[in-house]
Amino acid sequence: MSGAALPRPVKPRSDRNRVLITPEGIALPIVLASRSTRFGALLIDLTIMALGIIIGSVVLLLIGVQLFGKNGGGAGKEAGQFVAIVWLIAVWLTRYAYFLFFELGPRGATPGKRMTGIRIAARSGGRLTAEMVLARNLLRDIEVFLPLQLLIGAQGDDGTDYTGLVAGVWFLLFALFPLFNRDRLRAGDLIAGTWVIEAPKRKLEAALSTSGTALRGSSSATGAVYRFSDAELAVYGEFELQTLERVLREDRHEAMVAVQDAICRKLGWNPGAGDERAFLEAYYTQLRARLESGMRMGKRKADKFTGTT
Amino acid sequence: MALFGLFGGKDAARDAAVEAAALRSDRFRQEREGDWTRLEAIVARMESGRARRLSDEDVLALPVLYRTVASSLSVARETSLDAATLSYLEGLVQRAWFQVYGPRVTLWGWLRRFFGGEWSRAVRGLWPEVLAALALMVAGTVVGWLLVAGDQDWYFSLVPGHFQDARVPGATREVLRATLFDGARQDGLTVFAAFLFSNNASVAILCFALGFAFGVPPLLLLIQNTATLGAMLWLFASQGLLYDFIGWLSIHGTTELLAILLSGAAGLHVGRSMAFPGKRSLIEAAAEAGQRAAVVMAGVVLMLVCAGLLEGIGRQTIEVTWQRYAIGYGMLVFWLAYFFAFRRDAAGGDAA
Repeated sequence: MSGAALPRPVKPRSDRNRVLITPEGIALPIVLASRSTRFGALLIDLTIMALGIIIGSVVLLLIGVQLFGKNGGGAGKEAGQFVAIVWLIAVWLTRYAYFLFFELGPRGATPGKRMTGIRIAARSGGRLTAEMVLARNLLRDIEVFLPLQLLIGAQGDDGTDYTGLVAGVWFLLFALFPLFNRDRLRAGDLIAGTWVIEAPKRKLEAALSTSGTALRGSSSATGAVYRFSDAELAVYGEFELQTLERVLREDRHEAMVAVQDAICRKLGWNPGAGDERAFLEAYYTQLRARLESGMRMGKRKADKFTGTT
Repeated sequence: MALFGLFGGKDAARDAAVEAAALRSDRFRQEREGDWTRLEAIVARMESGRARRLSDEDVLALPVLYRTVASSLSVARETSLDAATLSYLEGLVQRAWFQVYGPRVTLWGWLRRFFGGEWSRAVRGLWPEVLAALALMVAGTVVGWLLVAGDQDWYFSLVPGHFQDARVPGATREVLRATLFDGARQDGLTVFAAFLFSNNASVAILCFALGFAFGVPPLLLLIQNTATLGAMLWLFASQGLLYDFIGWLSIHGTTELLAILLSGAAGLHVGRSMAFPGKRSLIEAAAEAGQRAAVVMAGVVLMLVCAGLLEGIGRQTIEVTWQRYAIGYGMLVFWLAYFFAFRRDAAGGDAA
C-alpha cells in the first residue's frame, strides 16, 4: 500500500468500492449498491406498482359501473369500453413506463431505490442518457415480469406442465445474473452501460481542529495545556488520525477514555481523568498539523508501522 | 504552494475565523465553505425536482461551482487529512456530477431528436440484422407453407389454438371468407385495438429482451411466428382466398410485421454484439448495441400502436380488399421511406 498512489491511503476495503473518473479527470470513489439493497428496492417498487394497479382498477371499475348504470344500453356500453381502454393502457404503462419515468428524473431512482438510498449511473462516467435508461428497463421484462407471469399462470390452455420449469430456469438465469459478475450488473445494466450505486448523502461536519481547546491545546475545564513534542507525534500515522477523528465525532465517553489510555501508554504519559476530550482534541490537531505539513513536503505516513526509521 | 494566500476572504467575520484557524487545511476549508454550501443547496433543489424554480443566477453558477468544488476536492486530497471534509466533498461532487451530467432532456426535446433522425439512424445501424430477420421471416413462411402443403396435420401444430376456430383444413370457402369479412358485426373495436397493442408490444419487447441470450431465441421466435403465417396462407390459398387473405392481413400486418421484424433484428443485434464483440470489450460492445437497440424498440412500440389501431378499427370497418391493400402498402412505403430515405446530419446532436 503506497500512500502516494492512492487518493486516500486509509479506507475500509470492500469489493464494492469503485473509482469513477469524471470527464474533468477527477477520480470519485463510489460504492456499488449491494444485491440485497437492490432486491429490497425492487420489492418496494413492485409493491407500489401492484397497489397502484389494484387501486386504479377498483376506481375505474366503480366509474365504469356508475356510467353504465346511469346510461344503460348503447351509451353505457360506449362509456364502459372507454373505461376498458383506459384500464388496458394504464396497466401497460405501469408495467413499462414506471421505471422509465422515475429513472429519467433528476434523482435517477425509482421510489424504491430512493427509499433504499441507491440510484443508477453511467458506467463510463459520462452522461446518463435516455437511451441507457430505456435499454436497461426493456430487459426487466424477462428478468422480472415474464417469470412472474409464467409462474402465476403456469397452467396455460395447453396444460403442459413444463412451462413452470421453463419459467423457473429463466427466472434463475436472469434473476441470478447479478451474482455472477463483479459489478453486480443485471442483464439490463450490461446492455445499457449502467450500474447501480449508493447515492451519497453526507452532511458537512463541523471542523474538529478549530475549537478553542484544539487550537491552544488548553482545556477549558481544567486549564491544563497539552503540548506534544515532535517525537511524541511521530508515533502515529494517518490511519490512527482517522480513527481518532471518528472517536471524537462519535463522542462516546468510554471510547475516548480507552483511546486516551492507549495514547498515553504509547507516549509514556500518565493519563488523567475527566479531561479526555480536550486531550484528544489537542492531540488530534497537533498530529494533523504534523502529518499535513509532511504531506506538503511529499512525505506521507500511512499508519504507525510505516516510516519510523 | 502559494495557493492559500491567493484567495482573500470577503467579509471580516470570516477573515477573523480564517485567521484564528491553526491548520492550513482548516483555513482552506473555511475560505471555500460558502461555495460548497451554495452548491449543495442548488443540487438539493434540483434533486427534489424543483429545478424550474432555480434562479437564472443559480443555473449559471452550477457548472462553475461544480468545477470549483471539484478542484477543492483535488486540493484537499493532497493537503488535508480531515476525513469528514473529504468524504463530504466526494459526496457533494458526486451529487453535483449527477446533476451536471444527468439525463437533461425534456420529453419534447427527446421526441424531436428521436423523430428527427435518431430513430431512422438506429434502424439503419442494424441493417445486417434487418436483412437476416427478413430472410428468417421469409424462410419461416415458406417452411410453414411447405410443411402444411405436404402434410395437413402440421397445421394443428403450427397454428396456435385460438386461430383454429373455423380456420382449419377442410373448412369451406364460405366459412373461411366469413372470418375475413365479418368485422362489422363485432363489438368493442377500440378495446380490441388497445388489447392488441398491449399484447403485441409485450411480445415485441420480449422478442428484443430474449436477444440477450446471444440472439438465438429471437431467431426461433421469428421462424415460429412466420411458420404460422405460412400455414394460414396455405389454408386460404387452398380455397382460392389468397388475395383476400393477404388484404385482411396487410392492412395492419405490414406495420406489425415490420415492427416484429425490427424488434427481432434489435434482439439479434444485441446478441451478435455480445457473441462477436470485435475489438471492443464485451461490456462496451453490449452497451453500445443495447443503447442503439433501445432506440429502435421505442420506435417499435409506437409502430405497434399504429398497428393496433389499424387492426382493431381499420380492418373491421374497411371491408373492401383493394382498400385494405392501399392502406397496408401505403403504410409500408411510408415506414421504409422514413427509415431509409430520410437522412439528417448526425452533427445536429445534443441540443438539450
